[in-house]
This record gives sequence, C-alpha cells and structure tokens, in this order.
Amino acid sequence: MSVTINIPAILQNLTHNKKSIKTTGSSIAEIINTIEAEYPGFRDRVIADGKVHRFMNIYVNDDDIRFLNNLDTKVSSSDSITILPAVAGG
Amino acid sequence: MLTILGHLVESMVQQAHKDHPVETCGMIAGSLENRLPQRFIPMVNKAKSTDFFEFEPKQYLQVWREMEQRNEVPVVIFHSHTQSIAFPGRADREFALDPNIHYVIISTTSEQKNCVRSFRICNAEVIEERIKAVASYLPVLA
Repeated sequence: MSVTINIPAILQNLTHNKKSIKTTGSSIAEIINTIEAEYPGFRDRVIADGKVHRFMNIYVNDDDIRFLNNLDTKVSSSDSITILPAVAGG
Repeated sequence: MLTILGHLVESMVQQAHKDHPVETCGMIAGSLENRLPQRFIPMVNKAKSTDFFEFEPKQYLQVWREMEQRNEVPVVIFHSHTQSIAFPGRADREFALDPNIHYVIISTTSEQKNCVRSFRICNAEVIEERIKAVASYLPVLA
C-alpha cells in the first residue's frame, strides 16, 4: 500500500532534500524500514532501542503513535503521516 | 548574528514575564527564502514546569501544518529560564537538533531580568551570537 510521509527539515539531508516521501507499508515500522532501505541512516535518527526516539514524534493524522500502537500502528493510504522533532529543553 | 525586529524581542520578554515562574516557550517563523524572523507564535509549555519546557505536541503539529502552507520555517525557537542565567543547559543542547535555528533564551530571574541571549547549537556545541534588534528589515533586504 502506498503512503506519503512528511519529513522534517533536519532529516531532509538524508532524503535528498525531499520534504515528503511516497513509500509503502501497512504499519509505521514497515514504512520506516522501507525508507531506511532507500535512505540509509534514516531509521537510527527516528528509532532508538526499538521505540520512537525521545527527540522525535511520529503522528498518524493528529495522533502521536505513542498513544496509538507505537511502531505497530497501522496506517492506510488516506492517512497523513508526519515526523516532527520534539521541541523541548530545560 | 540574529537580526530581529525590536518588537519581536519585546514580545518574547513580555511573554516570559507573563508566564513566570513557569518557563515560557514559542517560536518565530519566517520565510524559507530569507530566514528573517517575522511571525510570533506563542506555544503552550506542556511541561508547565519551572525548569523544563516542551511544545504542546498537538499545537505544534497544527502550527507546523500552517507553516508548511505558508512556506515558512522556524527561524527562532525561544524559551525562558526562570531560575538560572540565559544560557543553554544540558537538555537545551540535547534537544536542539537544527543548526539553522536561532535558540533564544530569556532569563526572568530577579538578577537577570530582561537578559535575552541567542545561540546556535550544533551537535550539542553552543555558539553565542549577537542579537541585532532593528526597526525594519528593509536595510537587510536591500
């Protein structure tokens, strides 16, 4: 299934400056693995220790996948998928 | 150097004092072409803490979508320190992922009141930069 994922500016150096990528997969984990195959290094910037990196948020439509089914969250071609870096500090 | 309209600096300071003792946060968006700070965007501090801030994620997602539609980028990300000097701490350095962004810190401690400083942060390395407050960007754009 084809899905589109929005890529944050800080990861666009890995995706040949593409702001969005059309890729395939039925879950977030599958999508990230597919992107990794084409753009090596991508996965390590987004996932750490098998979970979404604490500095990143992944949204399916308006929902953070941490509140859905994490990386196993299912997606459909009509979903809007967005990766955004968390903005935080002390 | 951060070149910024004077009223935007005042807006950051005012918001920091309004939210004190909780850390304030927000950003100033600008066009991708010239990266000049233009649109002041106050953000909700999800942490509501005196020593930590985090953009409220749903609000940030909404703001990000607006910026995409307007072809804007975050030029300045600001927050306040309500108990310490205006210098990036460990968490500030860890979360500062984009070397193109000006990270502005406003200290609202009684000793440091109205102290506003700007930094570039790359791989957790901090470089302070001068803030040049201007009345208009016209001379910069000329």
